[in-house]
Amino acid sequence: MPSFKVFDIAGSGLSAQSVRLNTVASNLANADSVSGDPKSVYKARHPVFEAVKASLAAQPQDGNAAVRVRGIMESDAAPTARYEPGNPLANPEGYVYAPNVNVVEEMVDMISASRAYQNNVEVMNTSKELMLATLKLGS
Amino acid sequence: MPINLDAYLGVHADALKIRGQRTEVLARNLANADTPGYQARDIDFRAALAAAGGVNDAQTPVAINATNARHIATAEGGETSSPHLKYRVPLAPALDGNTVDVQMEQAAFAENSVRFQATLSFLSARFRGLLTAITGQ
Repeated sequence: MPSFKVFDIAGSGLSAQSVRLNTVASNLANADSVSGDPKSVYKARHPVFEAVKASLAAQPQDGNAAVRVRGIMESDAAPTARYEPGNPLANPEGYVYAPNVNVVEEMVDMISASRAYQNNVEVMNTSKELMLATLKLGS
Repeated sequence: MPINLDAYLGVHADALKIRGQRTEVLARNLANADTPGYQARDIDFRAALAAAGGVNDAQTPVAINATNARHIATAEGGETSSPHLKYRVPLAPALDGNTVDVQMEQAAFAENSVRFQATLSFLSARFRGLLTAITGQ
């Protein structure tokens, strides 16, 4: 019978992918949050995933198991400067700085995250069905 | 006449266990589809089943018995994972070192669950046969 660990693993995948979706939403929402100071402008955020090593005592041979978000990385690409002297946020030279968010890249990331999320949901559903079938074994 | 239930169920009980483990390994691969450096793994079903005693005829017991104090103890429930849990040969590894091919893993997962259900039906049929013998109807 499949062990209940499948649910932990797929669940960790779901939570990691939803963090990724959250960062995409945050990046897209702030794609036009300009600032007069290139240091304080919003920077695109991306999660870094990491495979969780199963505890050595419980699982001597299995190696990697679930996934978790190791951290959120801020992109260090330079913000784009735009000449907008009419903007109240513009600096004395008349420039505003737009975040280094690449909207196309973010959309692609969103599709990838949602597909990965769906994959994990399918894994969970299938395991659930298999386990229910195992419960009904012999009847 | 006592009946050896292990022998009666044959290879299917072991097969079900290995299928369950494989479900878990494939779930791991899919959960780590975007993890940098993660290497996809899979269970060599044939080798795992052979090690579980599946290739022997139904007369031999499938469980491993430790008859000597110096025998290496098997884990509870006879974990068969270690030597049969292998790394996938990647077709197109990503630049970040991830070797999960999501489509392939999905296909393997679907195949594994169908085979799991087949094994379940075999087991179910065995139990029904036993029940028929018991009730005599």
